[in-house]
Amino acid sequence: MERGMDTSSGANDPGDELAVAEAWKKAGRDVAVATVVETWGSAPRPVGSHLVIDDEGNFEGSVSGGCVEGAVVTDAMEVIESGRAKMLEFGVADETAWRVGLSCGGRIRVYVEKIA
Amino acid sequence: MELAKLTQLNEERRARRAVILLTDLGDGSSRIVREGEKLDGELGEAVAKAFRSGKSGTIEADGRTLFMNVHVPPARIVVIGAVHISQALAPMARIAGFDLEIIDPRAAFATPERFAGVGLYAEWPEEVLRDRPLDRYTALAALTHDPKIDDFPLTAALQAGCFYVGALGSRKTNARRRERLVAGGLSEAQFDRIAAPIGLDIGASSPAEIAVAILAQIIAALRQRDLSGALPGGAMAEA
Repeated sequence: MERGMDTSSGANDPGDELAVAEAWKKAGRDVAVATVVETWGSAPRPVGSHLVIDDEGNFEGSVSGGCVEGAVVTDAMEVIESGRAKMLEFGVADETAWRVGLSCGGRIRVYVEKIA
Repeated sequence: MELAKLTQLNEERRARRAVILLTDLGDGSSRIVREGEKLDGELGEAVAKAFRSGKSGTIEADGRTLFMNVHVPPARIVVIGAVHISQALAPMARIAGFDLEIIDPRAAFATPERFAGVGLYAEWPEEVLRDRPLDRYTALAALTHDPKIDDFPLTAALQAGCFYVGALGSRKTNARRRERLVAGGLSEAQFDRIAAPIGLDIGASSPAEIAVAILAQIIAALRQRDLSGALPGGAMAEA
C-alpha cells in the first residue's frame, strides 16, 4: 500500500493513537505502544499502524483490523509489567493461527514497547 | 520510547512537519529525524528515500535493524464556499482522516451553527491563504460558483502544487473560467489540472452524494499520485 501522504488524522484527534498515548501517559497511566513493523501478503493494516494499550487493558487503534488485537493487548500488558520491548508475529504459518490467526492469510510483525 | 520523545513527535506532526521516528529494534532506542536533516551512509540514503515515498519500513543499515515510521503531514482539504455540499463534506472528510477547513467571505453562509466543529474562516480567500498558505499536502475544492471568490484560490492552488484542485460548475462555466484564468497568466496545461465539473462521475444528485463524489476523487488523487516528488498530473481526466 502506497502511503505517500498520511491521512491519519491530526494529532489532536481522538482517532490519533500517538496523541492518545501521550495523553494517557501524562494522565498517569502506564502505556504501551504496539506498531506494525512488517507485513507479508494481504495484511489488513499497513506498516506503521499503532495500537495503544494501558495497564488495565484499555486500547485504542488497530494493528490488524480486529483479528489479533486481543493477543496484542495481553502481550502489551506483560511489556508494561516488565518494561522490556517485545516482537510479536502473527499469521497463517504460525501455530498461534489456530487461536489468533489472520483470517485474510497475511502475516504481520508487531513491535510492542512501553512508554517510559 | 520516552514520553519526552513521544511529545516532541506529536508536536512535529501538529505543526505539519515531515519527520521519521527511527527505532533500533535491537536495543529499543529511538530518535526523531526531521526532513532535510543530513545523515551519513546507508541510513542517510534509506531515510531520504523514505521521506520521498512516505513509506514506513524496516531496514538493515550499518549493522543494525531499524524501523522507520514515516510521518508526513496529514492531507488537508481546503473548501472554498460554506455551502450545502460543504456541510456534508466536512464530517465525511473527518471520518476518512482528512483535516478540513472552509473559507467563505459571505458571513451569512459561514456560520458556526451550520459548521459545528469545523475550521471556518468568514473572510476572503486572499486574506486567509496569506496566513495559511496552500501546500502539496493540500486539496482545494472551490464550491461557490462565484468567480470573485473561487478564481483566486484556484490559481493559488495550481501554483502551490496542491495534490488535488477541483471546481464546481458546468462545462460551460468551466470554459468561461478557463478564459479568465488563462488570461490571468495560467498556462492551458496548468488549468487542465482542475477537476471540473468536480467529483467522480457517479451520477451524484443530492449535496451529500456530490460530497461523496468529491471525496472519492480527492482520495484517488492522493493515492494514485506520482511518488517521485513530481507534481500530480491531470486529476481525473474523465471527470
